[in-house]
Amino acid sequence: MTIIEIKELFKTYNDSEIQVHAVNGVDLNIEEGEFTAIVGPSGSGKTTLLNMLGGLDQPTSGSIRIDDTDLGKLKSSQLIDFRMKNIGFVFQSYNLIPVLTAKENVEFVMHLQGRPKKEREARTMQLLEAVGLKGREDSRPSKLSGGQQQRVAVARALASKPKFVLADEPTANLDSKSTENLLNIMEELNKQEKITFIFSTHDQRVVNKAHRVITLEDGKIISDNRKK
Amino acid sequence: MITSVAWRNIWRNPLRSGIIITAITIGMFAGVFSATFMKGWMNQRLEAGIETETSHIQIHNPEYRKNYDIRQIILKGFELAEQLAKNPTINGVSPRITIQSMVASAETGTGVKIMGIIPEKEKQVTSLSEYVTEGDYFESISRNPIVIGKKLSEKLKIKLKSKVVITLQDADGNLTGGAFRVCGIFDTANSMYEETNVFVRYQDLARLSMLSEGVAHEIIIHLHDQNDLNSTTLALREQHPGLKVLNWKELTPELGYLNEIGNLYTYIFVIIILLSLGFGIVNTMLMVVMERVKEIGMLMAIGMGKLRVFLMLMFETILLTLTGGTIGIMLGLGASLALKQNGINLSNWAQGLEDFGYSSIVYPVVEGQMVVVIVILVILTGILASLYPARKALKYNPADAIRTE
Repeated sequence: MTIIEIKELFKTYNDSEIQVHAVNGVDLNIEEGEFTAIVGPSGSGKTTLLNMLGGLDQPTSGSIRIDDTDLGKLKSSQLIDFRMKNIGFVFQSYNLIPVLTAKENVEFVMHLQGRPKKEREARTMQLLEAVGLKGREDSRPSKLSGGQQQRVAVARALASKPKFVLADEPTANLDSKSTENLLNIMEELNKQEKITFIFSTHDQRVVNKAHRVITLEDGKIISDNRKK
Repeated sequence: MITSVAWRNIWRNPLRSGIIITAITIGMFAGVFSATFMKGWMNQRLEAGIETETSHIQIHNPEYRKNYDIRQIILKGFELAEQLAKNPTINGVSPRITIQSMVASAETGTGVKIMGIIPEKEKQVTSLSEYVTEGDYFESISRNPIVIGKKLSEKLKIKLKSKVVITLQDADGNLTGGAFRVCGIFDTANSMYEETNVFVRYQDLARLSMLSEGVAHEIIIHLHDQNDLNSTTLALREQHPGLKVLNWKELTPELGYLNEIGNLYTYIFVIIILLSLGFGIVNTMLMVVMERVKEIGMLMAIGMGKLRVFLMLMFETILLTLTGGTIGIMLGLGASLALKQNGINLSNWAQGLEDFGYSSIVYPVVEGQMVVVIVILVILTGILASLYPARKALKYNPADAIRTE
């Protein structure tokens, strides 16, 4: 089942007198449960595409439909609400809330959604166990390694049971062991919970794990390979 | 959760938060302490003015206060006083004869207001008898005793048992005089009052001024409860349309304004302190917002709406302000309560305060309403100081903010 449908997507920046097409006519469908990597050199438009997919940036033209919702037709406040309910984010530099513990960071979005305490706690413990951080619930981010922090970020992204997770260079700041560990966890969650993951990455290890690899260059898709 | 994050955020940079909290603490300590000090000072002046000098209500012949003519009397003064004493709201009534006169010692002389009183009745309407620090209150001398103020005794260079001569114009218009002996010297906080008012017995002054027994120039009324002031004044005015009924607010309006001026001064002072602290708080919160661009972007990305981001920063500012404010207010109240018993002695720094009727020993007064207003002002400062930094945070685009290094 298609959960993301992108048609004729353009993002153009007017830099002085030169027009820069960061995303230049992208057509793309993402199916439910995919484990997709978007790759390409710096400036190829990966992050811009991901930002538009996440409703953080508006396209110049074209449309993005997520299930039955056209992101372009949502108001700013509706977009925030849509993001909270439907999209999980994992960032390159973890971006956890430093004053909250691992558990509280995972719970945070559910708090914003107004979920009951019991449900929040059960889901948090389930996710922290799934990412291998049982026993570290009460640690603040400063007491966790980079890999552990990124695993908390993955748990946070999944907490609200989103339709898909956008991960922007999630392994860029991790060592090999942490990267391997994180990718295994995400692959496992993808298999078990049928969660759709979309990565933007330079990292070959992520590419190797991905089931589908989309290559961008100058804002255009130049290849789209599915692994058997 | 938002308030919890806001509170914890304050302690992310303990040094920076500590500095601004200390500044707010000092500011609020100064604000509260000066407020209780001022309140105490004004209250003392007010109380001295009412309890020692004017009492609550005075009744005169309507013509008397125009030029203090000795002949403008209340004819049945004693009768009226007895009738008024039956009023349940009235605590005490004292009829007086009051004449502008000259008092002279062997050394020098000066103009004074001489008041002929019935000592026992006068005790019910003013606290003058409690301020007699030398001698006694019309007890030790049987013939023509006089009680004078300390300042006047210094001016006339007289002491207890000294003889003074009172010269006045009697009811027939003749100049007359009488010798009085000092039986008591009173010492209030108001030097001017001490210097210009002397007290003798009613019958002595009536005899000297050729006024018949039972008349009065003024009838002084003291109430059980100050809250009955306006209603009793109005009722007496209706009951005695031929007489001039005035309460202390009308007799000495400057006393009535004291309380309001004291409150106004307090609030203006606190507002100025909070205003200057407010700029410091805005500066601190701007630094906070600029430091957390990436985090604010992340919060917006994961679904924290603008209102919630705004509220989080507002709570953080309010909690920061309230922390310093609460400590400062508590310290200010603590210092005020500690000094309430013994007072603050200003006589070394402020000689001459008593010349204007202000005590040189000030007993701070803590008033609940004032504390509530100050707390509200502190919270208001927190809210106002948060507006600009929080608004700035809302202008960030989450996609750009997340990529900020």
